[in-house]
Amino acid sequence: MNPIISVSNLSKVYSNGYRALNNVSLDFHSGEILALLGPNGAGKTTLISIICGIVNPSEGSVTVGGHDIIDDYRITRSLIGLVPQELTLSMFVTVWNTVCFSRGLFGKKPNPAYLEQLLKDLSLWDKKDSDILTLSGGMKRRVLIAKALSHEPSILFLDEPTAGVDVELRKDMWNLVDKLRQSGVTIILTTHYIEEAEEIADRVGVISKGELIVVDDKEALKHKLGKRQMMIELENAIDKIPDLLSSWDLELSAEGNQLTYTYDTYSTQTGIAELLRAVDGAGLQLKDVNTSQSSLEDIFINIVNTPLHTR
Amino acid sequence: MMNTYAVRVIYKYEMLRAWDTIMQSFASPVISTILYFVVFGSAIGSRIETVEGVSYGAFIVPGLMMLALLTQSVSNASFGIYFPRFTGTMYEVLSAPISFAEILLGYVGAAATKSFIIGVIILITAGLFVELKIAHPIWMLGFLVLTCISFSLLGFIIGLWANSFEQLQLIPMLVITPLVFLGGSFYTIDMLPPVWQTVSLFNPVVYLVSGFRWSFYEVSDVSIQLSLFMVLLFSAVCLATVWWMFKTGYRLKQ
Ligand SMILES: Nc1ncnc2c1ncn2[C@@H]1O[C@H](COP(=O)(O)OP(=O)(O)O)[C@@H](O)[C@H]1O
Ligand SMILES: [Mg+2]
Repeated sequence: MNPIISVSNLSKVYSNGYRALNNVSLDFHSGEILALLGPNGAGKTTLISIICGIVNPSEGSVTVGGHDIIDDYRITRSLIGLVPQELTLSMFVTVWNTVCFSRGLFGKKPNPAYLEQLLKDLSLWDKKDSDILTLSGGMKRRVLIAKALSHEPSILFLDEPTAGVDVELRKDMWNLVDKLRQSGVTIILTTHYIEEAEEIADRVGVISKGELIVVDDKEALKHKLGKRQMMIELENAIDKIPDLLSSWDLELSAEGNQLTYTYDTYSTQTGIAELLRAVDGAGLQLKDVNTSQSSLEDIFINIVNTPLHTR
Repeated sequence: MMNTYAVRVIYKYEMLRAWDTIMQSFASPVISTILYFVVFGSAIGSRIETVEGVSYGAFIVPGLMMLALLTQSVSNASFGIYFPRFTGTMYEVLSAPISFAEILLGYVGAAATKSFIIGVIILITAGLFVELKIAHPIWMLGFLVLTCISFSLLGFIIGLWANSFEQLQLIPMLVITPLVFLGGSFYTIDMLPPVWQTVSLFNPVVYLVSGFRWSFYEVSDVSIQLSLFMVLLFSAVCLATVWWMFKTGYRLKQ
């Protein structure tokens, strides 16, 4: 399947000489929800801004729906809706007028029925004649989402959509994202909250210091990079780990009744079977065995703190 | 293929913004022009009866219109493009499927329309005070429209260049107003000492006012062809500058 967006060898050097993106290549699949995860300053907004046409790339190219973002900007930009990170809105315009403006700007003929439904979905309908100035921060964020969706885009970018957003809006937003995804819209969101990526994304890309470090299915990523732990509960407490088990990386709990074995899921030899046999051989009685997998958060911290060359 | 919806909404909402602040947009330039008119017309007009056969009150009408047109075109157009840059809402225009020419058409078109309306209101108002005669209405209209467009272009350039509200005010205050006052709005150039007559020929506004006044009373400081040529040249320079700014993404795109 052709990717809906294809980013190849993209770099950005700002006029002050700062290299915000370094040779990033990434494909976005049609209809997926992809989360770009990375700390502040990683280059997430820069990447989105280039795809949307707000920032010029320094090197590399991007296609959207198979069209180059520079040569065929009219086609590519009309496919995209962007909810920016900052609350950038004209203050002295009504909600209704600002969404009509956005729709027209993207070359769509007026469609009051569609915009009415959109504002209702975002609980903005009763505010339609209010000036933006009078709205709360959460309401302004809703207006930005309405503007981004006003021209019925097939790709939606959400740049840090939940930074400083209340629970209700968060819930509404994920409902909307769900609805959009069902109608086939591709959704790309950036965040530095891992739970968010874990909750809703199909795939996760990790960006750090302008480089794309990894991108993969959420589950595969957890699987590939996650550490697993096996907790072995013992019938009878022991004082120390028996010598027979010294070749495994084991930890004994304070009460002496639990051994914890940590291993990488991606190593070919986990040694679990041997360990269990050895535990038996050391004369220990098993009571229970549990395994746990690290969350994306653990993985993330693990990746971002790891120097590039060791991976 | 042109994105006509985009041009239309930019134009419409720029005009709507003027309508929302109608006092500031239309009433204040008209009132200040009437004040000039009353003060200059009656104070000086009581001493100078006529200039080249035209009553002084009527003589200054084209110059007063030019003063209002120039300052309003520049401030409207510069504010119109500076404000979205300042608030950050420019991101939306930049991410839209719209060409720079279309952005220009929307913003400059709206600013020029506003100035045109102000010009017409001033003309009608002046007609209530003095007897106006328009010898060449087509030329008059032509100068009016060209002035609105070219100085809105200049305003657009200033709005792109400015990085603060101070800079935005700077050029209209330090350049436009003096040029208009020294541009023969209230006198003919040959009333000046010879040295200043020569200096005045470097002031582009002289050509504008002269041509515009000629279309009313057939009285001019320089030939009408020269006036027209200078206005067209000025428009061309502004257009070329805007074109360069867009090509390089000047102050719009990193
Ligand atoms: N206009 C700019 N000029 C210079 N540096 C910039 C500009 N915009 C962003 N940067 C820098 O580029 C880096 C990446 O920024 P950004 O893309 O906003 O990161 P993120 O969205 O991941 O927080 C940051 O270090 C930021 O300071
Ligand atoms: Mg960002």
